[in-house]
Amino acid sequence: MIRLMIVKREPLPGWARIVIPIAAIVVTLILSAIPILAAGGALWKSYYFLFYGALGTRFNLLETFVKASPLIFTGLAVALAFRAKFWNIGAEGQLLAGALVATWIGIYGTWIPSFLLLPMVIAAGFFAGGFWASIPALFKTKLKVDDVVSTLLLNYVMVHIMGALLFGPLQQPGSSWPRSSEILQAAKYPLLLPRSRFHIGFLMGLAAVFLIWFLNTKTVFGYRSKAVGANIRSAHFGGINTTVVTLQTAVLSGGLAGLAGVGELCALQYRLIMDISPGYGYSGIVIAMLGNLHPVGVLLSALFFSVIIVGAQTMSRMTGVPTYIAEVIQGMALMVMLVFLLLTEYRIRVLRVRPRMRAGGSRN
Amino acid sequence: MIREIFNVSFFAGLIGATMRMATPIMFATLGEILSERAGVLNLGIEGIMLMGAMTGFLVTLSSGFLWLGVLAAALVGMALALLMAFLAVYLGLSQHVSGLGITLFSTGLAMFVYRLHFGSPLVPPTVDPFPKVAIPLLSKIPLIGPGLFNQYLLTYVAWLLVPVLSLLLYKTQAGLKIRTVGENPFAADTVGVNVYRTRTLCLVAGGALMGIGGSFLTLAHQNMFLIEVVGGRGWVSIAMVIFGNWDPLKGVLGAIIFGFLDGLQLRLQGLGFKVPFHIFLMIPYLMTIVVLVGVSRRATVPASLLKPYRREEKGG
Repeated sequence: MIRLMIVKREPLPGWARIVIPIAAIVVTLILSAIPILAAGGALWKSYYFLFYGALGTRFNLLETFVKASPLIFTGLAVALAFRAKFWNIGAEGQLLAGALVATWIGIYGTWIPSFLLLPMVIAAGFFAGGFWASIPALFKTKLKVDDVVSTLLLNYVMVHIMGALLFGPLQQPGSSWPRSSEILQAAKYPLLLPRSRFHIGFLMGLAAVFLIWFLNTKTVFGYRSKAVGANIRSAHFGGINTTVVTLQTAVLSGGLAGLAGVGELCALQYRLIMDISPGYGYSGIVIAMLGNLHPVGVLLSALFFSVIIVGAQTMSRMTGVPTYIAEVIQGMALMVMLVFLLLTEYRIRVLRVRPRMRAGGSRN
Repeated sequence: MIREIFNVSFFAGLIGATMRMATPIMFATLGEILSERAGVLNLGIEGIMLMGAMTGFLVTLSSGFLWLGVLAAALVGMALALLMAFLAVYLGLSQHVSGLGITLFSTGLAMFVYRLHFGSPLVPPTVDPFPKVAIPLLSKIPLIGPGLFNQYLLTYVAWLLVPVLSLLLYKTQAGLKIRTVGENPFAADTVGVNVYRTRTLCLVAGGALMGIGGSFLTLAHQNMFLIEVVGGRGWVSIAMVIFGNWDPLKGVLGAIIFGFLDGLQLRLQGLGFKVPFHIFLMIPYLMTIVVLVGVSRRATVPASLLKPYRREEKGG
């Protein structure tokens, strides 16, 4: 009989924090061989096109950066919330809330001076996402409602609010599809490079990474938020108003997710559609974990997953492996990373125990 | 229109729809109760249901046997729950994140396998779904009979599971062990209960129920697999566990309330109100949140839920 024994280990040196996510990625990529082979894809050819498709040409490389932009925002949103143990699984709904309000202002904001329109759209998207995240945070702090369940359920509520509006007041006049009219020219993100879709969203993502890093490490809020996450009771007895901190964290987290929605709307789609997000909010969970909840880690893992998502398209075309391989890889990566994170704190010893040697081994 | 709502056939149809919509939630809620009573929150539920729905459909379509599909769905649910047990019980990883990992992985896998088998056809393939089975005499009771007792066999199974699970939890030695493991694993260990094994068994049995609940969606409720077929029913089930205060009977009551709201919105859509149908689709989720807000303060969570058990850290 085999028993796993999990024992605490000495803290690992700093380099381990970089090596471990990389090792997790390598293991995930090796494990990906199973679904690839099951789908009948030639292995090396598949890996080649996975990376060639994301990095091989100028256009594809820029597409990878385009795809990374919403992932950076949702990854930061989840990381910020998880750090404070606010289990925000609702980044998807907050993203949609941001896109929805941005659409509203982006279409009807004709009275707004054009140089002010985009900043207002962005701010509105931020606060819409923040507002949507503040609801479960209030429920959690005031009524002890489980945040995992409430944030998840609110995702579905938001999808249906969006559906109702896109089949109702927000629907493009004359269209029978659930889609809005196009937003005003002044509400669109500037494109940065010719012959590509590369837009300012990626730079905003970089700025957000820096801001969140600064907030986490250099401000009182960052300290308090971390303290609430580490131990909410000691934080409370230490004089921190945990309700306020949780709420602030939630609004900021939801706001970041909302900005992901604004970017998809104002830089790529220009009109609201039901499929504005293919699950970026859920990907944010994987990205936050793989990035070890650190802003720079989030940036790197968002880039990694956008490579996977963009590359999977080419791989699918060239080898017939369904594009959903990207989702499978994300799920695997989350679990692998979790196991590797365990290894930073614990040692796993595999013991072979002969039943008669164990005191009371025959019980139960 | 108001007259139509109070029509007898509308009422009978509503009862039938309620039971049909409640069935997958009942299975999943009971499965989740079993897991959580042993101290493990299984957030893999949504993905396990989707894999159950897909596997049940795929196996039925290729074998022609509906029950083989249900069995396969149960087995897939058990396999995924076993993975959950490895991560959350044996390695003691965060139950939240492990479960979400299972859900993300299973969701991707379900779509991946479906696409691999069927490509993207313009008309999705279908199976001959389970027929309804009328119970003699009972189904002839006026008003409620046709709704309650002319149902799918799986729905009756879900009904039967309520007393079975209640008896198991409250009246047997095994149930006592399960509840102790969920409340105080250290005490359970001291009296010789294998905490790891108990938690694993509960997760695996619960996973089977979740898988079956998923297969009901593609083999009875509908006759095809669509990516949004589960559509948050797993998360709703978790809410119902809280609503039912971790009790099988009360949890199933919650599932029936959800089924009622889901059935009602379907019926109301059919009456042709001039309102986007998404408004109706939203009602069950919104009401689930309202219910959660109402009950959460009084909920008595199993004391060791979410806490990994590490034998070596006894008393720590």
